[in-house]
Amino acid sequence: MSRTTEILLALAAAALVLLLAWAVPWLRFVLTIALAKGLAVLGILLLLRAGQVSFGHALFLAFAAYAVAFGASTIPEALILLPLAAIGAALLGLVIGLFVVRYREIFFGMLNLALSMVFYSLLEKFYAITHGTDGIRLPPITFAGQTLGSEAQGWAMLVLALVLALGFGALVRTYLASPMGQALAGIKTREARLEFMGASGRSVLLAAYVLSALMAGAGGAVLAMTSRHVTPALAYWTASGELVFIAILGGAGSVFGPFLGAVAYELTRVYAAALVADAWQMILGMVLLLVILFAPGGLWGMGRALLARRRAA
Amino acid sequence: MSVLLSARGLRIAFGGLKAADGIDLDVMEGEFLAIIGPNGAGKTTFINMTTGYLRPQAGSITYDGRPILGMKPRRIVRAGIARSFQLPQLFTEHTVLENAALAIAAREGLWSPLAPLLRRRFRAEAEELLDRFGLLPLAGRRADALNEGARKLADIAMAVALRPRLLLMDEPTSGVASAEKMAVVETLARVLRQSRVTAVFVEHDMDVVARFADRVAVWGQGKIMALGPPEQILNDPAVLRDVIGIAPREGSHAAA
Repeated sequence: MSRTTEILLALAAAALVLLLAWAVPWLRFVLTIALAKGLAVLGILLLLRAGQVSFGHALFLAFAAYAVAFGASTIPEALILLPLAAIGAALLGLVIGLFVVRYREIFFGMLNLALSMVFYSLLEKFYAITHGTDGIRLPPITFAGQTLGSEAQGWAMLVLALVLALGFGALVRTYLASPMGQALAGIKTREARLEFMGASGRSVLLAAYVLSALMAGAGGAVLAMTSRHVTPALAYWTASGELVFIAILGGAGSVFGPFLGAVAYELTRVYAAALVADAWQMILGMVLLLVILFAPGGLWGMGRALLARRRAA
Repeated sequence: MSVLLSARGLRIAFGGLKAADGIDLDVMEGEFLAIIGPNGAGKTTFINMTTGYLRPQAGSITYDGRPILGMKPRRIVRAGIARSFQLPQLFTEHTVLENAALAIAAREGLWSPLAPLLRRRFRAEAEELLDRFGLLPLAGRRADALNEGARKLADIAMAVALRPRLLLMDEPTSGVASAEKMAVVETLARVLRQSRVTAVFVEHDMDVVARFADRVAVWGQGKIMALGPPEQILNDPAVLRDVIGIAPREGSHAAA
């Protein structure tokens, strides 16, 4: 798919999201949350390129969400809180990354999981600071200095999430085509060769890890400002599993996958929960099974194959 | 000719096996030096020690007058020593062109996340490199879809892309079908002479050694048993019988 086609497709998808949110008002919240999670899943996709799966990336999402919650009382401005929280998550990603990029595969995945659970416990146990499982309600925040009504605030968050999705999507696409991104894919097939070319596989992975933490942080900040409430559940290991689930559901072959997967996931969850309240997780499980068995390229891969077939016919 | 690489008193043993038991070896700038010897003699171990992957228990290695033992493999590469592998180490999910471009990018510094790998300059150099190796028609193929000869050449091309002064090759023709072996060797010899690379190569095929090497070192029982021009070494009955453990080549009796 050419670059122009992808840009047009991305803009069309963004327009579709806005249209959906306008036509079905209660979807606006769901779509904003989906895009926020999509940002974190974009980070999972980066690591997947290196053949590594993090089962703890909700850590960075939750870290930024809590950073927003704590920061909101002193700096109640969305456009300052968001970059601060995301950069905070990236710095935490650097510190943790220096440690975890020494490991590969199951050890990499489990170390991420362990660290995220440590963070979860801290959030849960330090009741005096974090209010434990009750979580923290966000005070009202301004948007570019304006105090917005809840309707306008909802739209602002959706547009912000869209802009971040488009921006980070373009960045990751460029990154993956660059020497750093291609070397990242080289970690999966022949990391030893990187060393024999005078390059460090660990550094290549670390760079991607920090970027993934930055994006998860941006997603977490949007999530916190949209839901106006943060709880330790954001950092629980199932939240991390959800991100990996979405990555596989959407497809890791393109930067469209994470967002397509996240929107499909959130919509399925909302509708399935409404229709078959007790069985929606079973439905999600079946969907994942079907994707793995019949569409390893995920929803994005399926869509692209259909498009290609139609064009060929 | 000046000495480019100098090994002195190298010793390393794996359990009871003495792979190197006091190795002294000089590699002269610009020469092609073949290392021959029985399997398990320690030839690849020499490459691993020189590239920083194995630390000898005693001895020293200097490159261009500087000691390199204890340096990280990455720094040794950056100092100008590249290697190729007995089993080609390619990025199997990348095309041949991308493999070459990645090696070029690694030499130039990988850290440019915003320009594509196949930017004009890298692509042009990669294509030129592959052309010299006769691999240009295969540039768009995935690396895991090549035959052994092409994989070997691609593996060596990636090492050459680093613009080393010294190239260490571990059995550059093993696994290559005998019909294409000499073509591979001719290509290699031409490219390496053009690039003015000093080459050390471990080899089992005596025809390749005779065709390719300026000097031959015979590695056996952890020592350099003989060292000299190929016509002398390959016709020495004692070397053939006692060290290499193969029957003399046809016609070599007359010469000996």
